[in-house]
Amino acid sequence: MADILAVENLQKHFEYGGGLLRKPRLVRAVDGVSFSVREGETIGLVGESGCGKSTTGRLAMRLIDATAGSIRFAGADITRLGGRPLKTLRAQMQMIFQDPHSSLDPRMKVGDLIGEGLRLFPEIDAAARAGRIAEAMERVGLRPEHADRYPHEFSGGQRQRIGIARAIVMTPKLVVADEPVSALDVSIQAQVINLLERLRSDLGLSYLFISHDLGVVEHISDRIVVMYLGRVVEFADCRAIFRHPRHPYTKTLISAIPIPRFGVKRERIPLTGEVPSPLDPPSGCHFHPRCPFARERCRTETPPFRRLSDGHWIACHHPLED
Amino acid sequence: MRLDLSPMTRRRLAAFRANRRGFWSLIGFLVLFGVSLFAEFLANDRPLLVSYDGRLYAPVVADYPETTFGGDFPTPADYRDPYIAGKIAAHGWVVWPPVRFSYDTVNYDLGRPTPAPPSAVNWLGTDDQGRDVVARLIYGFRISVLFGLALTLSSSAIGVAAGAVQGYLGGKVDLIFQRFLEIWGGLPQLFILIIVTSMIVPGFWTLLIILLLFGWTTLIGVVRAEFLRARNFEYVRAARALGLSDVRIVVRHVLPNAMVATITFLPFVLSGAVVALTSLDFLGLGLPPGSPSLGDLLRQGKENLQAPWLGLSGFLVVAVLLSLLVFVGEAVRDAFDPRKTR
Repeated sequence: MADILAVENLQKHFEYGGGLLRKPRLVRAVDGVSFSVREGETIGLVGESGCGKSTTGRLAMRLIDATAGSIRFAGADITRLGGRPLKTLRAQMQMIFQDPHSSLDPRMKVGDLIGEGLRLFPEIDAAARAGRIAEAMERVGLRPEHADRYPHEFSGGQRQRIGIARAIVMTPKLVVADEPVSALDVSIQAQVINLLERLRSDLGLSYLFISHDLGVVEHISDRIVVMYLGRVVEFADCRAIFRHPRHPYTKTLISAIPIPRFGVKRERIPLTGEVPSPLDPPSGCHFHPRCPFARERCRTETPPFRRLSDGHWIACHHPLED
Repeated sequence: MRLDLSPMTRRRLAAFRANRRGFWSLIGFLVLFGVSLFAEFLANDRPLLVSYDGRLYAPVVADYPETTFGGDFPTPADYRDPYIAGKIAAHGWVVWPPVRFSYDTVNYDLGRPTPAPPSAVNWLGTDDQGRDVVARLIYGFRISVLFGLALTLSSSAIGVAAGAVQGYLGGKVDLIFQRFLEIWGGLPQLFILIIVTSMIVPGFWTLLIILLLFGWTTLIGVVRAEFLRARNFEYVRAARALGLSDVRIVVRHVLPNAMVATITFLPFVLSGAVVALTSLDFLGLGLPPGSPSLGDLLRQGKENLQAPWLGLSGFLVVAVLLSLLVFVGEAVRDAFDPRKTR
């Protein structure tokens, strides 16, 4: 399968503080991230808060400009694309946002909200637009006759469906879902996840699914990218990540997932210390101060992101045994 | 056509109407302003209608030569002239406005030094040049409000646009513009006004431009803050992810947010503009001499303390006007208060 999205050595540095004469400090929010999304595939992007997951998603969407690195969409380099071509491209990659309350303009009717992106294409007239809005609403399980209502008349789960309808009405190839279920109740989460899976097979979508909820990610993803402090530490098949994690950080993350069965206990690997500040990341391997297996080399030398076996990538000097 | 208001707008309208004082202040202000717009039909030195030899004339809207009414000269008729008045009375009838003086009509039949006290002819007396105070109040009210509205609308339009650019772009543009505003705001407005008015005699429009020069910054801070806040709203990000143009994002998603803060300020900006004009007139730096103005009446009141009807009537009109605007402003502010409408 061809890659729909491929990012290579993606970097985003933010300037922090500083003034007229003081030099601002550099925050490397995303510091050399590489992964790819195949057509029809779901890539899970996981990591603790502040590790650069969302920034990576927004970089891939070209909502913010990368400091360095390249983004390829359907084979074409879009890293520096601008103006009109970028706008047409945007239709093919859509985004679903975390908070269904703040991501919908409270002043607009649901139908207008969903159809707003279609207005970019003058060849789609009002009647065709209305038809596509109704179709999208039906697909996500909303009643098309509710197009005249305002977002506040819907529940959280329904609002997230509106957000999904707004994305799929553009008939995208790739959908970046930034924590799409984190703000929802658990019962609603399952419905929305199932909806996303159904839409993927119906419409042939690919997902970049950003989440900190490993349970959800395990359920929906084909492959998983694990990030820590702006870097990818492990990138492999979903099964490989959960059954045979090779990076110590991945292993501790997975050991922290609670098992909802009585009497079954997982051997937990407790992490010591806090996530270091991205303003002042540790030297060498970013994870070394908290890594139970850290050695001298981890302190001084940044581990390269390398291929361990077929389809299993890792950034660690001393990967765990299978 | 059905008025298609969003629920939020409807809730705000209801909240505004629920504030009795603010609501009735708005009604009162609109009535006063509406009436003053027809000042020519209320206070004029020309009759509304004249019937002369069976023909109808409307001197309030058209000029007729004196000869029309049996006069001797082809000059515009002076209807207050006893000779012409007698001719008209003999050949027909005449309908006068309630006040038979315009703002610049001098009453020569006072029979006493000006300013003359209130009488049956001049209900609130005359000013120091024998002009009727009621007429000057009506015209002065109108010019004050019109000037205030013009200044408010133009300064808001510029302020919103400038604040929007500043807030939406942010970064270096914002930084440089902000420093410029600080310097601009530090200019001594009054002294510059005194210097300018000593060089040119300002009319309505030049005065408007001069005040606009300093007034346009009023709303920038609010609008800029709203834009800085709103550009990080998720639905603005969502709009950007859809690929919408910056213009559409600003107009559809960001500006409506900023308008809430702007509209809340408008009644106060308007009352501020009225105060600015009145105080300039009071200092003699405002509208050209002879213009009907509330500030000029107050100045006359100060210089003629033996004629309290000047100061009192001027004060009363200014006080009522400003109070109404402040009450309206309070009601608007409360109606838009997110803690109350949510």
